[in-house]
Amino acid sequence: MRIGSTLFIALRALMRNKMRSILTSLGIIFGIAAVITTVSIGNGAKTQMEETIAAMGDNVLIVLAGNYSSGGRSSGSGGAGTLTLADAESIGKEIEGIQRLSPEARGDARATVGNQNWFTKVTGVLPGYFELRSWPFSEGEGFSDRDVSAAAKVAVIGATVARELFGEDSPVGQIVRIKGVPFLITGVLSRKGANLFGQDQDDAIFMPLTSATKRILGNTRLRSIQVQAANKTDIPAIQDQIIQLLNQRHRITSDKEADFMVRTQEDIAQMATANSKIMTLLLSIIASVSLLVGGIGIMNIMLVSVTERTREIGIRLAVGAHGRDILLQFVLEAITLSTLGGLLGILLGVSLSELFSSVVGWNVLISTQAILISFSVSAVIGIFFGFYPALKAARLDPIDALRHE
Amino acid sequence: MSVLISLQQISKTYDSGGSLVHAVRSVSLDFAAGEFIAIMGASGSGKSTLMNILGCLDRPTSGKYFLDGEDVSTLKRDQLADVRNRKIGFVFQGFNLLARTTALENVELPMLYFTGAPSRRQMRDKAMAMLEMVGLGERWDHTPNRLSGGQQQRVAIARALINDPVLLLADEPTGNLDSRTSIEIMETFQRLNEQGITIVMVTHESDIASYTKRNIDMLDGQVRRDEPVAGRQFASAQLVEGVSPP
Repeated sequence: MRIGSTLFIALRALMRNKMRSILTSLGIIFGIAAVITTVSIGNGAKTQMEETIAAMGDNVLIVLAGNYSSGGRSSGSGGAGTLTLADAESIGKEIEGIQRLSPEARGDARATVGNQNWFTKVTGVLPGYFELRSWPFSEGEGFSDRDVSAAAKVAVIGATVARELFGEDSPVGQIVRIKGVPFLITGVLSRKGANLFGQDQDDAIFMPLTSATKRILGNTRLRSIQVQAANKTDIPAIQDQIIQLLNQRHRITSDKEADFMVRTQEDIAQMATANSKIMTLLLSIIASVSLLVGGIGIMNIMLVSVTERTREIGIRLAVGAHGRDILLQFVLEAITLSTLGGLLGILLGVSLSELFSSVVGWNVLISTQAILISFSVSAVIGIFFGFYPALKAARLDPIDALRHE
Repeated sequence: MSVLISLQQISKTYDSGGSLVHAVRSVSLDFAAGEFIAIMGASGSGKSTLMNILGCLDRPTSGKYFLDGEDVSTLKRDQLADVRNRKIGFVFQGFNLLARTTALENVELPMLYFTGAPSRRQMRDKAMAMLEMVGLGERWDHTPNRLSGGQQQRVAIARALINDPVLLLADEPTGNLDSRTSIEIMETFQRLNEQGITIVMVTHESDIASYTKRNIDMLDGQVRRDEPVAGRQFASAQLVEGVSPP
């Protein structure tokens, strides 16, 4: 095979039709760019989600008040007020294999330092909460069990609150007024970022559960109970036991819908991935369709090109080209067009992803794998869609081709 | 002189919509090396079919064709392509140069399909030398649309000769040219023939045929007349004298 000179011939032919070559590649360019951008954004979202789920803590189960599945009748999770401190204590006492747990009671409140105001979420928790959520302090420390029993006026603030109320100053040891009540700041939490719903988890103030329920929220309703299992393998058993225990305590029978939910990290991850899978599937279909259209575009132009260049093919055959030289030439032209389109598409896709990341602020992750696969796919498209027109060209009869007008 | 081409009872039959067309009927001809032959005849006389067979573009239905000692009448498609590449140079009525391709690249073309092609640099040098020989060295980078008809035909001649063929086949080479340019092309052919190149030319102009050494008239697929040219014209002399052809 005369691959060397045939490649040279193919490139020369493409150079003679620069504009058409670029227009032909356009379909592939956009197809590949769509694939790269989609995959990058999808990967970015997935990575962020995994980080967020990991940020819940290790081996954590969450008992939520209310029930999503009861739909309109429910006031939504956390609002039902169906979980009590007694439920939490009972879980801690009666179920084996629990490392630590902490209820959460939450409400909105205005925090004031001097003339600085900040509207934020106040959450009442137990001292072990921060360790349960693997949430270290950037400064200072948490509070003790004694603070809980005394409903002490101490608070731990998130990084966003610290920035809004204190700027560059150190908040530890300072006083923050929450709903007018002065609290001593004992610690500042390190930055954790957004949760699965996009809420800023650092925009929060934590305090002893009792301080929150008595001094700020005015009720004892729990939003959730966070439970940390000692071993990962125990999680399903613990989940079952919590459900059993709470069914008993809440007198839930088979004909009555539960007023609580127990979710493991795995459940949450599965829900989240199910959503992103559907999204990825949809986007992949769109990307595949655009690649298919790009491929058909190449085939179309190659067919036109074969007809238009029939005489050229005749000349080549007359001066000694074999059928397979012509076949190879047109396939190489198609591959060159599609891989060139692939390369430009990768560039465009990477740039678009970067643009999304910087302008829209989306997390993107450009994977080498996606780039390599896209490139190979574009080459395959060239071979696949270029082969038929090339075969047509190779089978031409030299005499007819020379006579072609 | 040695026999370069031997056609032995060559016939070519086409199936044209159910009825058989006998384009060439049992033609036997011998061409010696160094001959300059014109094949003449009206359209439908079979001269084009004979030309295609001589050029290895087509295979005879029956009969034998020996080219340079080799029986090429039974070769396969790709083998015929190799014979065309190495042994035959083509010059067409419509020039048949690649558009948007420089004269030099057009001349290089047959070398690209030469098995065991020389290096790119050698190709370039050889193509350049060939262009200089036909007097177009200065215009090597011109594309066909920037060349006159006569210049395009000379590029085609350079291309035909690039692989040192044993036979130059010309199909109505002056058909698209004015009379002055036609004489120039005949001058080139006569000069090449003097250098020993065998030329077979198809033409329907008896005037152009009289620049060759031997005329073959075709009629209904058979040779009607085959004789040396009496009163041969010499193009170089006419060009010097500025005489227009009679």
